[in-house]
Amino acid sequence: MTAYLDLQHIDMTFSSAKGDFNALKDVNLTVKKGEFLALIGHSGCGKSTVLNIVAGLLDASGGVALLKNREIKGPGPNRAVVFQNHSLLPWLTVFENVKLAVDKVMADKPRAERREWVMHNLKLVHMDNAADKRPGEISGGMKQRVGIARALAMQPDVLLMDEPFGALDALTRAHLQDSVMEIQAKLNNTVLMITHDVDEAVLLSDRIVMMTNGPSAGIGEILDVDLPRPRDRLTLAQDPRYHHLRGQVLAFLYQKHLKEAA
Amino acid sequence: MNAQTLMLTAMPVGHTESCGTEAQTIPPRETRSVAATRPKPRPAPLLRDRAKREKTALILKTLLLPLLTFAVIVATWSYLHTHVAPEFPAPSETWEHAKAVLTDPFRDAGPNDKGIGWQLLHSLARVGAGFGLAALVGIPLGFLMGMSRNMQHAFSPLIQILKPVSPLAWLPIGLLLFKAVDPSAIFVIFITCIWPMIINTATGVKAIPQDYMNVAAVLKLDKLELVRRVLFPATLPYVVTGMRLSLGIAWMVIVAAEMLTGGIGIGFWLWDEWNNLNVSSIIVAIGVIGGVGIVLDLMMGFMQNRLDYNKR
Repeated sequence: MTAYLDLQHIDMTFSSAKGDFNALKDVNLTVKKGEFLALIGHSGCGKSTVLNIVAGLLDASGGVALLKNREIKGPGPNRAVVFQNHSLLPWLTVFENVKLAVDKVMADKPRAERREWVMHNLKLVHMDNAADKRPGEISGGMKQRVGIARALAMQPDVLLMDEPFGALDALTRAHLQDSVMEIQAKLNNTVLMITHDVDEAVLLSDRIVMMTNGPSAGIGEILDVDLPRPRDRLTLAQDPRYHHLRGQVLAFLYQKHLKEAA
Repeated sequence: MNAQTLMLTAMPVGHTESCGTEAQTIPPRETRSVAATRPKPRPAPLLRDRAKREKTALILKTLLLPLLTFAVIVATWSYLHTHVAPEFPAPSETWEHAKAVLTDPFRDAGPNDKGIGWQLLHSLARVGAGFGLAALVGIPLGFLMGMSRNMQHAFSPLIQILKPVSPLAWLPIGLLLFKAVDPSAIFVIFITCIWPMIINTATGVKAIPQDYMNVAAVLKLDKLELVRRVLFPATLPYVVTGMRLSLGIAWMVIVAAEMLTGGIGIGFWLWDEWNNLNVSSIIVAIGVIGGVGIVLDLMMGFMQNRLDYNKR
């Protein structure tokens, strides 16, 4: 397996006035190009810490994170992030929010081409009709679509999604999951997605990385999701393989690593 | 709990089944049409009546109650004039005086006898100058304090000490520095306005959600782009709030400052009329100062609404 994204012996310790807190201990993970990886675990297990290290928003205390054989140092648009709460700038329109990213990443391209690219990405998430709206005027699901468009428009090496649908209601979430699958089939991005939703993990990903509980969290098991694509949630609901995979994730989360406090 | 039951509870509601049952609960067409032909109760006119009544009540309340307050004040004033303090002008007398003063605001009968319009314009010009200078200094300083912990540490104690001081305490310093009354009054307004502007701007910068900063970090915006595209627009509502606060205080302070500096201006005019024992003028001045204050605040409020991206 050729490693595209490679995490080697990642340690993360947060220092505070109350003392040190070891969030991650010896995390090793390799991701192939074009792979859709879900990171699942109980809240507080350090999933977001892993993602933030890959994003460059956090510096690992130990170990090394490599992307295309180069060490990750600081954030950058080649690792676009879809944040849980969309993080659109409310004073910019939908179009301008995506354009802010495009202007930065495609600074050398002519104006018309950049505009074109913004609209292309808004079309991908079916938000081209709302281009002139402000974030305050559209629903939570639509905001998250724009957040995804902004990330996709950066043409990142890795697309990082931090519980992208966590704040959405179940029906909207299902719609967005379908959209993500549709886009993934087209673009074949390398995706690292954090989730605490078992169904979401099985439905969307090629592999599910299950994390043990913190402190000193690490990778417990990795599950291959060998369900054929394109996947359809209704068909999968009848598929025994799907239920078997769900069962394995649930067994990991609730039997082997049930959080005492939960 | 074992894994099996958890799996069941964690299963999503199968929407195929639930949709089916929901569809069956809709009554067949016949029963619905029967229900539709039944004579309907008529809540609509009643509701309309009630909405109308509520609207009338609201108008009465917002018009009548302030008028009632006004009437009580005029009555008390009349009573005071006739029974307690006869040197206090009667409401009618004051009204006549107000008409005379307000109908000829730009009267110019020599340097010591100018209309109330001129007085107001001079006061407004001083407030405008002090306010503008304070914005030029205070807003950038507020940005620096919000962005840099060192700047915060450097300036915060100074601001904390100076903020509670009445701006009039600075008037002698102004007179000493500028050797003239006009710049001294402007200096006092500058001091008045600068603290709320600095503090609100710094607060606004510090209140920017970490999410926006993460977006800026992922996009690798440079310092200038960060200020222009993120910090400035995100902070603007706070800045305008600071400006609105400081303008309100400045309008109060200018009256007192001009009483001390003399010359021309609404504050001096008020004090001058007191020296002439022209109490009606003082009452008129109080009303006019209040009116101008409302107009200034409305203007800032309008600007605040225009610039607040949450309200657009």
